[in-house]
Parts: sequence; structure tokens; C-alpha cells
Amino acid sequence: MPEATTPDDGDGNGVRIDLISGARMEGLTSMEKIRLILDSVRDGDIVVLEAGLSPEEESKLIEVTMTEISPDDFSGIEIETYPSTQQANQGLVGRLLGKEESAKKLTVIGPANQIETLHKDEDLISALVSRK
Amino acid sequence: MGLLTNLRDSITRVTDRLFADDEPKRIGIYGPPNAGKTTLANRIARDWTGDAVGPESHIPHETRRARRKENVEIERNGKTVTIDIVDTPGVTTKVDYKEFLDHDMEKDDAVKRSREATEGVAEAMHWLREDVDGVIYVLDSTTDPFTQVNTMLIGIIESQDLPVLIFANKVDLDDADVKRISDAFPQHETVPLSALEGDNMDEVYEKIAEYFG
Repeated sequence: MPEATTPDDGDGNGVRIDLISGARMEGLTSMEKIRLILDSVRDGDIVVLEAGLSPEEESKLIEVTMTEISPDDFSGIEIETYPSTQQANQGLVGRLLGKEESAKKLTVIGPANQIETLHKDEDLISALVSRK
Repeated sequence: MGLLTNLRDSITRVTDRLFADDEPKRIGIYGPPNAGKTTLANRIARDWTGDAVGPESHIPHETRRARRKENVEIERNGKTVTIDIVDTPGVTTKVDYKEFLDHDMEKDDAVKRSREATEGVAEAMHWLREDVDGVIYVLDSTTDPFTQVNTMLIGIIESQDLPVLIFANKVDLDDADVKRISDAFPQHETVPLSALEGDNMDEVYEKIAEYFG
């Protein structure tokens, strides 16, 4: 995130987590959102999005991630999102009823070589984050 | 400007589809790596044209560029459906060349394979937004379907309003669990099959004709 500074934790091995509000993402274009996420993740940070991404943005995030993968540098992203599939199905009904915008989701994105999902169910994402 | 461009593109896509009824439907075969997409594409192509689409392998990302088999005519229940089959690379959010080293591959070859794989996945994602009329989503029925990539891809396909059929592949294996897949995506029809053994292909062709005809 441009205006944030990275504190020196003494050994330089800390992992930063950016918690980004839905309000902040709302004012950005799709590419600005993707750039914000990928710039942070490529720096080794974990990004938590309060409002998640739209399917179109998720598609572009995968596409842009692929263009930036390079050997021994960046191997891609690990991503987990609420709601679970069951909740997403309820969202489908909501879409049919015109309530698409009310669906909330939370997305965790991190560098694939540093974050590993240990467990995920409808109300818990458990992840292991390793230092570089 | 972006909004106008998106609107124009959407209108173009809709009109293209409306006036392209006589053209073969482009059906993308999507899914995670090693689900058996190319094996299925080859099975369909061989059954109806006599030719294969591409090489198959147990090594992830054997298909690194999308391959298309055009004008595949499928006859079912007195009806003929003509489709172009587009076999795509396995969609993933990460590609690490070091994984290929476990398959007795030299580093240079592994790096080359990973570069080609990333280009292929990017291309497949772009096509999903712009260039397919329907999707066959292939899953390995011996593995957990509740992955973020599967959930995201199905969500992306739904958001494009594309007809989608979910195929639970590899039912010839002992630990196959088709119910786990149908439970994961209950909003879509799940068809069990073994592309390798040719099991249940009659139903596969019936569903293709029904969904994409």
C-alpha cells in the first residue's frame, strides 16, 4: 500500500498483513485493485480484503498473476475466500432475487511460497504463514 | 470510457452469439491440472472424428497452450450438434517450476514448462471471458473439489452466464466419490465418467447435446 511504511522488526523477517476495507476498494478500478493486491503479495505481504473481488476481477487476478510468475522470484498466489460454497449457493438465490450487492465475502491472499491453507470450512480459514 | 468500452464489448458479444447460431459452439474444457481434461477431449475427438486433440500425461501442465478441435459433430437422439472443443491448460493460481523437478525433469526444461504453463493459463482465463460459448468443467472425483480455484472458476463461469456441465472424471478408480462433487456444486448437473476407460460416455454425449445443442 503506497502510504504505508514497513516497520523494522529488528531481524527483517516479519510478515506484514494488510487489512483492506471494502470502502477503500470501492473507489478503485479493477486493475487498480489487482495492482494493489499483487504489489503487496510480491513484497511478501498477506492481503485481507473485507469485501473480496467480483468474479470478473478474480478472473483478471489469475490472468495477471500468471504473467508475473518468474522462476526463483514469484511463484504465484494462495487465495481463500468466504463465503463457502454453501453460502455462495444462497448468494445465487440472492442474485435471482436481486440481492447480489448485499453478499459480503472476505478474501485472504498471500504469496504461494509463504502461505499454506491448513484448513477451510464455512466459518474458519486456518493458514500457516512462513517467513521468507 | 472503460464503462463504455465494456458496454460496447458486451453488446458485440451478445449480437455475435445471436447471429452465430449456425456456427459451431465453442466449448471450453476447463478444470484444475491433472483432472483428465485432455483425456476427455481426446476421447470425444476420437469417438467422433477419429483424431486426437493432444498428448496426455500424469505430469501437471502437460497441456500448456489451448488446443482446439473444430467441427466435432455429435449425434444423439436424432439430433446433430456441432461443437469446437477447446482443451485448456489446468487453471491454477500458482506455478512453481520446482514441482516439475520431481518428475525427472532438468531445470531448464522445468522452467520452460512453467513459463509455457503460465502463458497458457492466462490465455485460458482471457478466453473464458471473451471466447467460449459453454464450459465443460472436469474434476478428478478422487480429490477434494472444495478448492478455491474450483469455487472461483465456477463463480466466474456463472457470472458469464455460460452453460456449464460438471464432469466427475476417473470413476474407474477405487477412491472416486462422485457425491462429494455433486454436493460441492449442487446448482449444476454432475455427470460421472471415466474418460480413460470410456465409462458412461453415452450419457456424456447426451448431456453435451442437451446443454450445447
